[in-house]
Amino acid sequence: MIDEIAKQYEGRLPTPLIEEVKKEAKEVKLTRAQGEAIFAKLEQKYKYARIQPGEAIGIVTAESFGEPGTQMTLRTFHFAGVAEVNVTLGLPRLIEIFDARKEPSTPLMVIYLKKPFNKDEKSLEKIIAQIKEIRVHEVLTEISINLLKLHVEYVLNKKRMKELGIPEESAIKAIKDALKTIDIIEKDSRYTATPKSKEGGLPALYTLKERIKEVKVNGIEGIQDVIPKMENNEIILLASGSNLKDVSKIEQVDFTRTTTNNIFEVAKNLGIEAARQTIIAEASKVIQEQGLDIDIRHIMFISDLMTAKGEIKGITRSGITEEKESVLARASFETPIRHLINASLIGEVDMLNSVVENVMINQPIPLGTGLPSLITKLAKESKK
Amino acid sequence: MSDVYLDEKYVGTIEHPKEFLKSFIEERRKQKIHATVNVSYESEFDEVSIHTATGRVRRPLIIVENGKALLTEEHLKKLSSSDMRWQDLIEQGIIEYLDANEEENTLVALTERDLTKEHTHMEIDAITILGLITSLVPYANFGQSSRLNRGSKTQKQALGLYASNYLLRMDTDISLLQYPQRPIVKTFMHDISKYDKHPCGQNVTIALLSYDGYNMQDALIVNEGSVQRGFARSFYFRPYNADELRYQGGLIDEIGVPDKEVKAYRSEEDYKFLEDDGIVFPEAKVKEDDVLIGKTSPPRFLGEMEEFSIAANTRRESSIAVKHGEHGIVDMVILTENDEGNKLIQIRLRDQRIPEPGDKFASRYGQKGVIGRIVPQADMPFTASGIVPDIIFSPHSIPSRMTISHLIEVIGGKVGALSGRLIDGTTFSAESEKDLRKELLKSGFRENGTERMYNGITGEEFKANIYVGNMYYLKLKHMVANKMHARASGKIQLLTRQPIEGRSAGGGLRLGEMEKDCLVAHGASLLLKERFDSDKTILHICETCGMVAIFDWLKKRATCPKCGANAEVNSIEMSYAFKLLLDELKSLIIYPKINLKNKY
Repeated sequence: MIDEIAKQYEGRLPTPLIEEVKKEAKEVKLTRAQGEAIFAKLEQKYKYARIQPGEAIGIVTAESFGEPGTQMTLRTFHFAGVAEVNVTLGLPRLIEIFDARKEPSTPLMVIYLKKPFNKDEKSLEKIIAQIKEIRVHEVLTEISINLLKLHVEYVLNKKRMKELGIPEESAIKAIKDALKTIDIIEKDSRYTATPKSKEGGLPALYTLKERIKEVKVNGIEGIQDVIPKMENNEIILLASGSNLKDVSKIEQVDFTRTTTNNIFEVAKNLGIEAARQTIIAEASKVIQEQGLDIDIRHIMFISDLMTAKGEIKGITRSGITEEKESVLARASFETPIRHLINASLIGEVDMLNSVVENVMINQPIPLGTGLPSLITKLAKESKK
Repeated sequence: MSDVYLDEKYVGTIEHPKEFLKSFIEERRKQKIHATVNVSYESEFDEVSIHTATGRVRRPLIIVENGKALLTEEHLKKLSSSDMRWQDLIEQGIIEYLDANEEENTLVALTERDLTKEHTHMEIDAITILGLITSLVPYANFGQSSRLNRGSKTQKQALGLYASNYLLRMDTDISLLQYPQRPIVKTFMHDISKYDKHPCGQNVTIALLSYDGYNMQDALIVNEGSVQRGFARSFYFRPYNADELRYQGGLIDEIGVPDKEVKAYRSEEDYKFLEDDGIVFPEAKVKEDDVLIGKTSPPRFLGEMEEFSIAANTRRESSIAVKHGEHGIVDMVILTENDEGNKLIQIRLRDQRIPEPGDKFASRYGQKGVIGRIVPQADMPFTASGIVPDIIFSPHSIPSRMTISHLIEVIGGKVGALSGRLIDGTTFSAESEKDLRKELLKSGFRENGTERMYNGITGEEFKANIYVGNMYYLKLKHMVANKMHARASGKIQLLTRQPIEGRSAGGGLRLGEMEKDCLVAHGASLLLKERFDSDKTILHICETCGMVAIFDWLKKRATCPKCGANAEVNSIEMSYAFKLLLDELKSLIIYPKINLKNKY
């Protein structure tokens, strides 16, 4: 019975809403009249809740962010949970998100593990070793420049490497692969690196020494630290640094739940819809942390705006403002002369259809009470 | 090995920095090294630095040895009997001055109770952690620190006796409280700074009560009877001056009643207060635009003189008149000369300011508010004993700000007023609140400071007991009379045709970018247009070339200078600022063509 009524409302109400009513209705016995009344009321409420045509949603959103934004404390760093991971939060982070900065100032990943591993503390160390980036300088006992023979000498710390679970051969190979123009010779576990060409002299040796120290021997590029944490009865890993692509490749990682706060990385690896979701999640996190209350729909709206073009565009003069159709509207927000001159070069026409232009020329803005207009054109008066 | 720096200059190294420091300080305490020299050790950089330069902020502390302060009761006795001086304490190594660097190596106890073996110094008194003005706040240890900051900030804005020679002074924008009083609840610092010689407020009876919503959001209700009795009356002084300037060619300004033939002559009415010498007489009651000093200047360009034979004709009026929106009584007239030896006339205007709705007041705890209403004494609530408060203060101002000291002062003030003595409210060493309450009870009042009160309008008894007492209130220098401003129409700027800025010029109130957004968000499209109509103009646009055409008022028709008389020209309404933008675009060699289309 209830399904019959529900069918009538298909297309008139959102499907999840109908499903929810259906589910609830099945638990209580309803008469047909009651069922119809419920749906009628629901439709009325739904229609009432919809935004009216001519509502200035953009400005309402801007104000909904702007006002609480003034109350945001400038205290930017915060310890995220138990682990000592510093995360930029507050206004600086919000600006970072909406400006669509390529790299967050504190990249952070939350890595989930697949079923048997997410409770197994023994295998944890191995997984972490796979993820955490280790560079040569962390496994060195000594490194020096031999001024007479003009080469760099270094000794690897085998004990430390064993602790970290790095096979010696792979470490040696990593260095060799990274430095193609260098000859590396081993003698009594003492390595000497000599540049193939003698050009550059001493300064080149210094840079070589620094380059050797920075070679990655194990783990994933960009992940500086990994800290395990218990959450909801399972082990999760917090990683400072972000590399979604390579982390997902690790066998034990449940990449369906693993997240990063680097929006561009999400967009690149998981697509624009995922990036949109990430923007919403990251912005909500900041707002919640500050104890503010901004309706999620405002955040969703901004996120939609930023991702609508298929790539992430910031709320900046090179981002979504560039997309505006009107020359005057673009010129009214930063670098006006550039916009005006470029527009004049291609002979752009401003149809004066939006708000800013109409404020500038002092005409009623096409919003709210200024929106309605006659569709039928008056017959032209005959010229006298 | 640690480096040693003398006044930031490297002088050498030392083996044991800590021991060096110890012996250095010992020698200083023995007066072998001058007392103004400070030494410190920074373990982070392994550096010893010695400072002897001037300009370091230093403060005195009592030296502590083995958990005991070197300053004893004996010393205090000697000090009070003048057998010992401050200088002696320093010379005997009981008190020493530390600078910010040396302080880093010490552990200072706030009070004698806190002393342990580790402590090296002790504060002379706990109050020394506060500044001069902050220590004028009684019971400050019962309040939040941020409120203390605000409290000391408002004290600086209070009206009082700002200088004892005020009668002879010519200060700009200064006020004087007419009947200042010393506070009943005072601190140690009030005595030291001789606060009773230059008090800044008045003791008032205050009730914590709501009154018809006129005291919501920090507003105050003031008893009209108190105002009539002289509560918070002040004088506002403003100087005006005029020089008799000398110009090239022996020309000179002339002070005197301007001739009627003079250029830009005001009306005769405006000069009515001038005496024969062209200067107002003292005690003249002047309004805005009344001339205080009559003055004429020679013509701006000498060429003007040749056109007209009579020189007086071309002199300009340059009198000094009372500023827009101000009035007062001429308080003092000074005739003197300025640095260049020119005649200088200075006039001081005095205006009595009686409290009115909008004047700002504050207690000493950052509880500031504005008068919301002045109520006739008959309508004020009264206590069972017939006491009518001077001020009604909203109780909602207390909980979120946690200014407990505000509440304690009410009790303290009440006890002081009843017993006829001054209450010591010095931070950390005040008369205890408990004792005050006991004394209040002895005086025949309720211990908690509340009293039965009656509604002044209906005569009904209030259901709750009302907290009533006495407080020291400050009138702050922000008065509505100096700030109130409104305008319907008036002067506009020449360039943009938009209203000019500023209260003193009679300018408009700007509806800014964010205010505009509010109207947009409400969809109030036509209201927004109307609000921005201040610079609207009619522009004539040539339909052919899309540029601004010229309207010929003689022929009563518009022509386009480029397309000729036959071009079709239509007029549209737009903001003048946009016309300016079009002009500016033209100067950038951009051709802003306007295409007209019928809107309907």
